Parts: sequence; structure tokens; C-alpha cells
Amino acid sequence: MSNPPLQLVGLCKQYGALSVTRDVNLTLEAGARHALIGPNGAGKSTLVHQITGVIRPNAGKVLLEGRDVTAMPAEKRVKLGLARTFQINSLFNHLTVAENIGLALSAHRGLDGRIGRPLPARPAFVQEAVECLRELGLLDLAGKRVSELAYGQRRQIEIALALALKPRVLLLDEPVAGVPSTEGKRLFELLERLPQDVAVLVIEHDMSLVFRFARRITVLVEGAVLLEGGVDEVRTDPRVRDVYLGKRGHHD
Amino acid sequence: MTSTLATFLSLAVDGIAYGMMLFLISVGLTITLGVMRVVNLTHSAFAMIGGYIALWFIQRAGVHFFLAVPLAVVATMAIGALLERTLYRWVYGTHGLGQLLMTIGLTFVITAIVKNLAGTQLQSLPLPSSLQGNFSVGPLNLSVYRAFLIVASAAVALALWLGIERTAFGARLRAAVDNQRMARCVGINVPAVFSVTFAIGCGLAALGGALGSPMLPLEPYYGLKYLVIVVAVGGLGSLRGSLYAALLLGLIDTLGRYYLPALGAFVIYLAVLAILLVRPRGLVAN
Amino acid sequence: MTTPSLNSSVARAFSRHRYNLLDLVLLGAAVATFFLADLYLALATAVLIMIVFALSLDIAQGYGGIETLGHAAFFGTGAYAAGLYAMHVSSEPISGLFVGMAAAAVVGLLSGLAVLRTAGLTQIMLTLVCATLLLELANVAKPLTMGDDGLTGYSIAPVLGLFQFDIEGRTAYWYALAVLVLVYVFCKFLVSSPLGLTAQGVRENPTRMALLGVPVRRRLLTLYAISAALGGAAGALSAQVNNIVGLDSLGFTMSANVLVMLALGGTGRLYGAFLGAIVFMLLADRAAALDPTNWLAALGVLLIVVVRFASTGLSGCLARWTSRGGAQ
Repeated sequence: MSNPPLQLVGLCKQYGALSVTRDVNLTLEAGARHALIGPNGAGKSTLVHQITGVIRPNAGKVLLEGRDVTAMPAEKRVKLGLARTFQINSLFNHLTVAENIGLALSAHRGLDGRIGRPLPARPAFVQEAVECLRELGLLDLAGKRVSELAYGQRRQIEIALALALKPRVLLLDEPVAGVPSTEGKRLFELLERLPQDVAVLVIEHDMSLVFRFARRITVLVEGAVLLEGGVDEVRTDPRVRDVYLGKRGHHD
Repeated sequence: MTSTLATFLSLAVDGIAYGMMLFLISVGLTITLGVMRVVNLTHSAFAMIGGYIALWFIQRAGVHFFLAVPLAVVATMAIGALLERTLYRWVYGTHGLGQLLMTIGLTFVITAIVKNLAGTQLQSLPLPSSLQGNFSVGPLNLSVYRAFLIVASAAVALALWLGIERTAFGARLRAAVDNQRMARCVGINVPAVFSVTFAIGCGLAALGGALGSPMLPLEPYYGLKYLVIVVAVGGLGSLRGSLYAALLLGLIDTLGRYYLPALGAFVIYLAVLAILLVRPRGLVAN
Repeated sequence: MTTPSLNSSVARAFSRHRYNLLDLVLLGAAVATFFLADLYLALATAVLIMIVFALSLDIAQGYGGIETLGHAAFFGTGAYAAGLYAMHVSSEPISGLFVGMAAAAVVGLLSGLAVLRTAGLTQIMLTLVCATLLLELANVAKPLTMGDDGLTGYSIAPVLGLFQFDIEGRTAYWYALAVLVLVYVFCKFLVSSPLGLTAQGVRENPTRMALLGVPVRRRLLTLYAISAALGGAAGALSAQVNNIVGLDSLGFTMSANVLVMLALGGTGRLYGAFLGAIVFMLLADRAAALDPTNWLAALGVLLIVVVRFASTGLSGCLARWTSRGGAQ
């Protein structure tokens, strides 16, 4: 029995008297399409920060492919195959799209600290960059600075940066947030084309995306797991409806 | 009382006096740092202004020492407030390093102005006869001026503590420093609070400049090395921290120079290094 | 599109720091200065040394985003190391240069470990504390450094065994120029390399860099140590060319001056170091001779104006006027 790509065991986090994460258990199987939903303030972002290593939990464990990474700094976890996107774009605005992806690639290849031949003078690297840009549908934008792009395009780069790392576990934080539906389509196609062997955890409020994309859902309320199950199971559970008080039924 | 104990006590008192002097010249910087979050390198220039205005009052206007110094403080506060409203506001939008460089530029300008008005000779503030000489307390021999400095610095520390913890203005200042946006939302006039606080910082700098050393400051970076270590060791923007740091460093320096003469002045810097290695954000981190 | 041209168009999407006409012009100007400088050759040599120092600061600050008020620590360490080396070990200049650089790099590594653990205001204060500590150490170690009087009494052997340091300062000028050229070439190389792009990424968005798997602090430490070594080279040059090392090489004025140079010239663009150092040194020399009290005030005003209106420095302004704002 091989280890699941990501496992959270009894994760707890308090700030003084305030408990933001209560005994959270979550397992991502290989190739998972798992959604994390919950009302605002449920502690979803804090949970993601604990997975990536930006915040240390007070108790519990984070396991990447069976390996305990709870005490490991963020950059080491990334090297083990974990990647995330941000809800609010976190890009390199003054650099070109190629340079943005280039940074991810050079980090992935361990070139980021080299004092030597410039990246564009390394043919193998450039080839890889071209392939990556092509796969992500960004070739035509390669030479543009991120600051010149539209919001939806920047969202694409946001996801591209994580994908360029060829992660084994991918955390997507509200990937379509704020994207107008016209540009959202391209983004959604990108999500559907994600490699099958990557375990994906999506945090989303957009229920249409959740129901289309996810196979399992975890509902987080006030820092604790209310329910975890398959899509239909969660969709029809009365407690979930209660939690989203006053929310009209979603059109699927 | 044995003579070693008497020596130790005498040194300790010296150390405290030195520490209080360090506190006096650096407390203004702590205040502006805590509020502005920028290293106000012009601090030394305000010390210069305070010292020379006091000198002018004593020499040209015939005002007594005990009146000249407070007048100089008030005058410097006014100048500081004016500069804050105009020049500092003008560059608030720029990057932190930019503001820092601006304070360097301003220091140059002020130094030149003072030199033009007061001449380039080193001068000192003439002490009134009431502050000259020594007096004895048991086996301890203390200079009157030193005692005056300790009392004055303690008074300043107390006044600041009371002002910040006990007055309405202090409450507003604490709120503004903790959370600017929130403070504005509850109706606190944050820019005005900061202006007044900055002016107070300048006034304190002036006090330090007038009283802090026998010679009035004339170089642009007067006392910078002391300011820096007290503020860094104390914890940026922490009044309590800079008081502890100043006293601690004053004691370590005085005792160190006596008991470890080979290392001499360097003892204080070793202490600074040790403290910062253990607590890089200072004794009382914010 | 065929693959090779696709590859090259993507490659072109990365900014390149190529050598261009401006570099040739600068080199030409430097050579011409030798022949035209006449009595001002010593000043010209001092300018060259300051350009090296400013370049070293640009690596830390302009590229690494590490703001420092204590860069003199590296200049002074390099100077004292080279001076002491010449006095007690060997008066050979090139090995002395390397000794200066190595000593400064060690100081850079050690202080970097402390300084880079913090950020923002605390970081700046720590750099200042480190420099102040070194200054007091030099002061206290009087038997070694000769303290206030300045370290003197050493001489420097001919460069490469051939070029004797002469009274007119001719060898000194070419020596300093050679070192400057080498340092500049290295800086261009560094800035173009993968570490250079990483530095830009760290400067813009360090959180994201960490989440791309980059050990941010380690990369910054590398840049800081390199910056220190280059600063040490400037200091060593100064020690070798002037045959004296004073406490002011570690002082705050030295740190502030190089900050001002870079503020005037502009950071993050190596040319800023050239522009800023030249403008500052010429002002300092000529204006100070004219009016020692007020020239500083003029500089102060210039600084305030530059900070407010030209935060990218003079080189930034020039770049805007001469090009359409493309990558260098």
C-alpha cells in the first residue's frame, strides 16, 4: 500500500484563545480531485498555509507521500512536489510571462542559484520553457510583461506557475475568483486538462465549478471538518444546506 | 563600607548616569521610529538645533539656563512640526529608503545652516553655578550636573510614560500606531497625532542636544552610534526597551571599562552583539 | 512558426544584459581621462574606486533588495585586511586584493547570517550596528590598526612585478581601472545569470519565490557575500593606492556617501553606480573646495529633489529619455 500524496492528521491551530483549525483530518489519494468548501472565516486559507508550511500548526501532522513535513520550511515542501496558487494573484509583475515561467522552471531544475550561463543561453532550458508555455497555452503571451495582461490572463499565469513545477500535490486557492465568465472558460479548460496523476485540492466558493470538477468534497466550518464525502453525498446533506444559510439552490 | 563596594557603587551610579544620558539623547529617535517607521537620521540635526538655540538664548538674549533650555525645546518642536508638515509629508509617498535618504539630505542642509549662523568653532553651553561642582553622599562623590541629568532624564521618562499611558492623546497615539486604518475609522486624526508626536520627538532630540554632552554637536551624524545601539538593542519604537537598553549599556560600559580595561570601550559593543544575536528584534520586541 | 525561431523568440522574452555602445563610451572616457586629467589623476583614481564600491552596493541593494546603512563595513574590512597584509605578509598587490576581498566576504557571510534573519527597519538597523561594531573594534585594536592615526608605513610592490606605483599616480590609475573593468564584467555576468533573475524574483515577490521552492535566504546570503567581497575589493584598492587606511573607511559617512551615490545614480541598473559615483565625487571635490560649509547643503537639496522626483535616479531618467522603456 503506497502512501497517499497528502495527508493531514489531527491538525490544530490556535491564536491565543481562538481556535482556527480544530483536529482536521484530510487525505488526498493519487489523482484526487478534492474540493474544500465552507463559509467565509471557516479557516480554509489558514489550513492551506499550514499545508504549505507558512504557518506552523500547534498540533497534528502534515504528511507528503508518507513523509512528515510538519516541521519543514515551505521551500523544501515545494521541492518534494507540493505547489499552490494564490487567491489574489502573486506574480512577478515587472517580468515577462516567459521570465515568470522561467523562474518556476529554473527553481524546479535547481538552476536558480547558479552563477553561470544565462537562462536564455541554455538551449535545453529554452526548449523546456517553450514546451511548458505551449502546454499552458501561453506562447503568444511569452514576451509580454505581466503588468500588461488582463486579469483573466494573469489568473492563467498564476496557475501556470504552479503547474510548471510539475507538482504531485496541487493546491488551488479559488482559481476562478474574480474572473469574468468569458475568460473563465479558458481557465476551466486548463483545470480539466490537469495531469491525471496529480492530486488536486481546490478551495472554491463557485459551486458550479466544485460540482463539475471535484470527485470528493470536504466541508470546513469554524475550523473543523463538518463532512467529507462524494459530490452527491455532500450536495444533498442537510447540514451543508444549513451552513450556507439563505443560499438559494445552485443551478448545476 | 569596604572600598571595593564603595567603588562598585560609585561606578554603578556613574553607569546609571551615563545610561540616563544615553536614554535622553535617544528617546526622541525611539519615538519617531515607533511612529514613522523610518530611521529619522535628521534626529542629530534637531539635537544640534536645540543646543544652538539654547546657546543663543543664554548668550545673546541673556536668558537663564533653566529657561533657555525649555525655550529651545519648544522652538525646536515648532521647527520640527513645520518640517514634518512640509518636507516629510512631501516625501511620504516614496519608498522607505527614499525617506531615509531625504532625512540625510535634510541633515546636511540643517548642519550647513547652523554652521553659517553659529560659526564652525566647537562651543559648549555655559552651566549656571547651581549646576557646577560636586557633592558627596556618604562615600560617593557625584558631580552636580550628573545628578541633574539623572533627575532630568527620569522626569522625562516618567512624563512620557504618563503621557502615553494615561492621557487621551496617548491613547489615540497607541491606537494610531497599532492600527492606522482602524484608528482613522474611529475618528482619530492620525496625521495630526503623528505630527504632534514627531514634534515631541524633535523636542526630546533638542533636550538631548542641549544637555547630553559638554560640547554642542556640530557634525551631521552626532551621537549616531549611541542612538543606533540604544534603539536597536531596546527594540525599535519601544520606550521601555530603550530605557532598559540605555541603562544596561550604560552600566556595562562603565563597569566594563573599569574591570576589563584591556577591552575598554569595546565591552559595550560585545554586549550589543550578544544581545542582538539572541534577540535580533531587541529586548522589547514590538 | 518553425521550432528554432519559436525558441529564439521565447529566449528573447528574457531580458538580456548585453554589452553595448555605452560600455564602450565609458571605457573610452576612462582611458581619455588618464591623458586629460593631469593634476586630477588622484581624484580620477578615487572616482574609479568609488564606482567599484557603488557597484558592490548595487548588487546587494539594487538587485538583492537588501537595504543597508552599513556598507562601509566591507570597504573598511577590505582596506584594513589589504593594508595589514601588505605590512606583515607581502606587499604584492594582487594577492593583497584577494585577501581584502576574502576578508570582506567572510564579514559579509557572518553579518548576513544575522542581518538576513530580519526584515525592514530592523534589518537596516542591524546593518548599521554591524558597521558600528567593526568601527569600534578597529578603534580598540589600536596596536594592530593604529586607530585614529591611520594605518601607514606599508608599501606596495609593483603590479605583476612590472608596474611600479609612481608618485604621479599613473600606475594606480591603470590598476584601479583594470580592477573596475573586471568587477564590472563580473557584475554583468552575475546579473545575467540565473541567480540574477532569481534576485529579481526575490525582490519583487519573496513569498512566491519560497513557494516555487527557492531557498530565499540562502540566495540572498550569496548575493550579500558577493556584494561584500566586491566592496572589499574597493577598500583594498583604496588601501593600496593611498598607502593609508583610516577609521573613516569603516565610518557612517562612508556608508551614507555610497548610499547617496546610488540614490543619485539609480539602483538596479549597473550604470547608476557609474553616474552616481562620478557626480558625487566631482561635487565633493570641486564644490567642497569652493565652499566647505555649504556644498553639503547643496548636496542635501539635490538628494531631497532626487528622492521626490526621480526615485529611479539619474540613470532611470536617462533610460526613459533615450529608449522606449524596454529591458536593458
